[in-house]
Amino acid sequence: MSSYDIVVIGGGPAGLAAAKSAADNGCTSILLIERDTKLGGILNQCIHNGFGLSHFGEELTGPEYAFRAYEELRNTVDSLSDQAPGKNTPAVEILLDTFVMEITPDKKIYAMNKKDGYFEISAKAIILAMGCREKARGALSIPGTRPAGVMTAGLAQHYVNIDGYMVGKRVVILGSGDIGLIMARRMVLEGAEVLACIEIAPQPGGLARNVTQCLQDYGIPLYLRKTVTAIHGKDRLTGITVSEVDEKYTPIPGTEQEIECDTLLLSCGLIPENELSRKAGISIDPKTGGPFSSDVHETSIPGIFACGNVLHVHDLADNVTKESIEAGKAAALYVSGAASSTSDQAKNNPKVFPGKVVKPLASATSEDARNGSSASGNTDGDAAVQRMTCIICPRGCTLTVTLGDDPKVTGNACPRGEAYAIAEISHPMRTLTTTIRVRKEDGTIGRISVKSKGEIPKQEIFDLAGKIHSTIVDAPVSVGDEILPGVVATSGT
Amino acid sequence: MDAKKTCDILIIGAGVVGTSIAYSLIPYEKEVLILEKNNDVAMGATRANSAIMHAGYDPRPGTLMARLNVEGNRLCEELCRKLSVPFSRCGSLVLAFSDTEKALLSDLLDRGIRNGVPDLRILDQEELREMEPGVSEEAVAALYAPSAGIINPWELCLAQAEVFVSNGGRIFFHSEVTKIEENEPEAPYRYTVTTGNDAYSTNTIIFACGTHADEVHALISEPDFQIVPTRGEYYLLDKSEGNKVSHVVFQCPNEKGKGVLVAPTVHGNLICGPTSEVLSEDIDDTSTTSGKLSEIKEKATRSVRDISWRDNVRNFSGIRANSTSDDFIIREIPGRKGIFEAAGIKSPGLASSPAIGPYMVELLKESGVDLPPKENTYTLTRKKIHFRDLSNEERAELVRKDPSYGRIVCRCEGVTEGEIRDALLSPIPPVSLDAVKRRAGTGMGRCQGGFCGPRIVEMLIENGKNIAVPCGSTPLPPAHLSIEQDADGSYLFVPRDAEKEVGS
Repeated sequence: MSSYDIVVIGGGPAGLAAAKSAADNGCTSILLIERDTKLGGILNQCIHNGFGLSHFGEELTGPEYAFRAYEELRNTVDSLSDQAPGKNTPAVEILLDTFVMEITPDKKIYAMNKKDGYFEISAKAIILAMGCREKARGALSIPGTRPAGVMTAGLAQHYVNIDGYMVGKRVVILGSGDIGLIMARRMVLEGAEVLACIEIAPQPGGLARNVTQCLQDYGIPLYLRKTVTAIHGKDRLTGITVSEVDEKYTPIPGTEQEIECDTLLLSCGLIPENELSRKAGISIDPKTGGPFSSDVHETSIPGIFACGNVLHVHDLADNVTKESIEAGKAAALYVSGAASSTSDQAKNNPKVFPGKVVKPLASATSEDARNGSSASGNTDGDAAVQRMTCIICPRGCTLTVTLGDDPKVTGNACPRGEAYAIAEISHPMRTLTTTIRVRKEDGTIGRISVKSKGEIPKQEIFDLAGKIHSTIVDAPVSVGDEILPGVVATSGT
Repeated sequence: MDAKKTCDILIIGAGVVGTSIAYSLIPYEKEVLILEKNNDVAMGATRANSAIMHAGYDPRPGTLMARLNVEGNRLCEELCRKLSVPFSRCGSLVLAFSDTEKALLSDLLDRGIRNGVPDLRILDQEELREMEPGVSEEAVAALYAPSAGIINPWELCLAQAEVFVSNGGRIFFHSEVTKIEENEPEAPYRYTVTTGNDAYSTNTIIFACGTHADEVHALISEPDFQIVPTRGEYYLLDKSEGNKVSHVVFQCPNEKGKGVLVAPTVHGNLICGPTSEVLSEDIDDTSTTSGKLSEIKEKATRSVRDISWRDNVRNFSGIRANSTSDDFIIREIPGRKGIFEAAGIKSPGLASSPAIGPYMVELLKESGVDLPPKENTYTLTRKKIHFRDLSNEERAELVRKDPSYGRIVCRCEGVTEGEIRDALLSPIPPVSLDAVKRRAGTGMGRCQGGFCGPRIVEMLIENGKNIAVPCGSTPLPPAHLSIEQDADGSYLFVPRDAEKEVGS
C-alpha cells in the first residue's frame, strides 16, 4: 500500500488549486486522483468565456481556465522539485482515469484503474474535490411520458461541445441556472430554435449577465413563475405543458399552455456529489448538500477537507479556486502539524455560505423579456434613458444610460461598465465561443473549442459561427493558436 | 440474421412470460422462434412493475394463479442462481391499521395456507416493529410471508432470452404480427404468421402478448376475454432511501389490487407504488400524472412515515394485463389446434412466470405436440459479472485478469467498462441506451445517465462499427444519428445543419 501526505480526490478547478496550494505550503507528497482521462473536470465542456476575471485577471473560457490552472500546478511542482534536492519523485503525482471507490474515516482510499487494478492508499489528509451533479428529471418529478430529448443542460453541453452531437432542433430550457442560459445561446449558435427559458422562481437563477448575453441577445423569452407540468411524446419529445405557479410554486390549474418542442434541457440546480463523503461518515449539511466544515474547510472528520462544488455549489469557478487554495493550505498545515484540527468546529458550527445576491434585472418580467430582444436592453418610458445589465463581469451591474450626444452612464461600479454601456448603445460587441472540427493525424474528425480573437461586432456573430462550423482544420492545434483569421483555439488536440 | 422463415414453435412476445416459455423449451429438439414487435426484450409490463416475487397468499385458492404463483416463487431462487439474476428472498409484510384489517390478515393467512405458501404467520405490533422498525406506528399487526422476495424483472427476462439464443433459439425484433392463417391441409406447416415484412410457417404458435393478448387472439378468433389494461405509477427513490425498509411492505389488498407498497429493490433503491388506473384510450400510455404521483406519496407515507421524496430518482408507470377473467388464461385455444396462449397474466404474473414456462410445456405435451429431448448438449445457465456485488478481493482479482473491469463508467451504480462491453457482446446485443441499461445497469442511478451517457453512446457507436451495414446507402449518415434512447423512434441526436454534408 502506498501512502501520501495528502490525497486530493478530483482534478477539476477545486482539486487543481487545492493540490497547488498544498504544494505551495510545503507539502511534498501529494497525490491527485482524477476519474476522467484528462484534468479540468467540467470546465472542459464549458467552452464559453466568463471565467478567470478574479483569479487570472483576464477573461477566459472554461478549457483555458482548466489549462491555466494545470499550468499553475505544474509550475509550482517544478519549482518545488528543484528546491528539494535528492528527491526524485515529483511533489504532486497525478493519477488519471482512476476512480475512487471508497474512503474511510481513518483516511484510507480504495481506488481502481485499468493499469494498477484495485488498490489501497493511505493518506495523512484528504481533500475532497469531487464537484457536483445536476438535478435530473426524477428529482423534479415532472409527470408525463419518458421520451428521448429530455436531459440535463450539462449532458447536452457534453454532447454538443465535446462530442459534436446536436441534441435537438426546437428547444425549451427549464430552469434559468447558468448552464441552462449558456446552453440556450449555444443551441442557437448551432442552428437550433430556442423557444423559451422557463423559471419557476420570480427571478432568474443564473447571473444577470448571462440573462442578457445568452437570452436577450438572441431574443429568447424568459418566462418567470412558470414550470413544466407535463411532458409529451412517446419516443421522442413532441411537446410540453407549461403552467403558472403560485407563491408556493404549486402549478395553478387553468393556466396550462402547450409548447411544441423536441428537446427539453433541465437547468434546475446542482447537488454536491458526496456519496464518498457519506460512506466515510462525514456529516452533511442538509442545507448545502455538502459537508459541514470549519473556517478552513475541514469536515467533521479530522484531516479530511473539502472544497469547491462538493462543499457547496459556487456561482463562479474563480470562487472555487479561492476556496480550494484555502483548503489546500489548511491540509498542508494539518499534515505538518502546524495547525490543530478544526473538525470540532465543523461539527458544532454549521457554516453559512453567503447566498447569491439576487439583483433586480434591468428587464425582469417575462413580458419584457419576450419583447425586449432589442440589441441593447430595454428602453424605459422615457425614450432618452436606456437600461441594461453590464456583462463585463459576473457582478452584472444595472446600468442606466442617458442618451444624447454625450451619453451619461450611471449604476456602474467600475469604469469598464461605462465603456461597455457606451459601446452597447452604438456598436455592441461580443466574444463568440463555439467548437470546430479537427482532422486528426489518423484522419478521424475530432472537435476542439474556439473563440473569436477578442470581441467582434454583435451582428457578425452568426456569420463567424457559420464560417467556423463549415470548416475543418488540421491537427495538431495548441491552445492559443489562431486557426482561422480571427479565431483562436481554446483547447488543443 | 438467419433468414429461415420456418420453425416448429413460434412464440409471440418476448416479455418475461414468452421468454420463460422459450427457456423451458430449450431441452427439446425443436426449432423455436420468438417474434417481438419492439427492439428489445422486456419492453412491456416486464420492465415496469413492482419487481416483487409475491409469496402467493393473494390469489383465490384453487385457481391456476394460486398454483403458479406459489410454484413460481418456489422455483425462482434456483432459477435466478442459474441465470445470475439478482434476487433476494427478503420476505413481505401486509400491514393492518385497524381491527377490521386485522381480520383481513386472518383471511389472507388462511388463503395462503390453502395455497401452500410456506411459513406464513401474523405478527403483533411489537414483533412487527422489531422486524421492521421503519413501518408506521399506526400499523397494529402484519402478515409475514418469509418466502416473498425482490428481483430484477427485466434481467430475469433477458437472462432467459439470452440462454435461449445461446442454445440456438432465434428472436426477431421489429416483428409485429398482423395476420395468422391456417394453411391447406397438404401444406408442410399448419400455420402462416405474417408480420410487417415477413411470413413465418409453423405448426405451433404460443401467444405471450401481455396487454395486447386479446388483440392477438382476435387475429384467429373472437376472444372470450378482454384485457383491461391497468396502469400503475411508481416512485423510485435514491439509494439513500433504500434502507428505509428491509421487507416488501404492503397494505391490505382491496378490489383494485394489492395497493401501494414500499419495498427495497435488488439495486438498493426504494420503490413506492403502484397506483391503479384502467386505460381506455391509448393502452400503451405509460405516462405518469401529478395526481397519481401525489396519491402514491400519501398512501406510501401511511406505511412508512419518513420517506424523503426529494430523493426521487425516477417516476415511471407500467401497464398490467388485467383481464375480464379473475384467473390467468393459459390454454390451447379451443378449436385452434396448435395455438396456445398465456393471457391475462396480471399480478402476480412476474412471480408466476418461472412456473408458466414449464406449465406451457406440459400443455404442449398434453395436446400432442411432439417434444423429443434435444440431441446436442445444451445449457440452462448464464454467468454474468455484477462488479458492484463483488468483494474487494474479488474485484482486485477480476481487474488483474481483465483491466476493462478497472474503469468505472457509470459512477452512480458503479458499473464498469467491462460490464458494458459484456453487454454489447451479449447474445442479444443492445441497440439503445436503455437496452444497455437493462443489461449492465448503467444510468439507473441518481444522475440518470447524465455522466455516463456520452461514454455509452461512444461504446454503442464503436460496437456498431463491427456490425455489417447494408450497402447502397452512401454516404452513410454519421453513426451517432442512429443511437436511440429506448424504443424505435427515440433518437437522441439530430443532424447539425452546417455539417450535414460530412459523415464521421
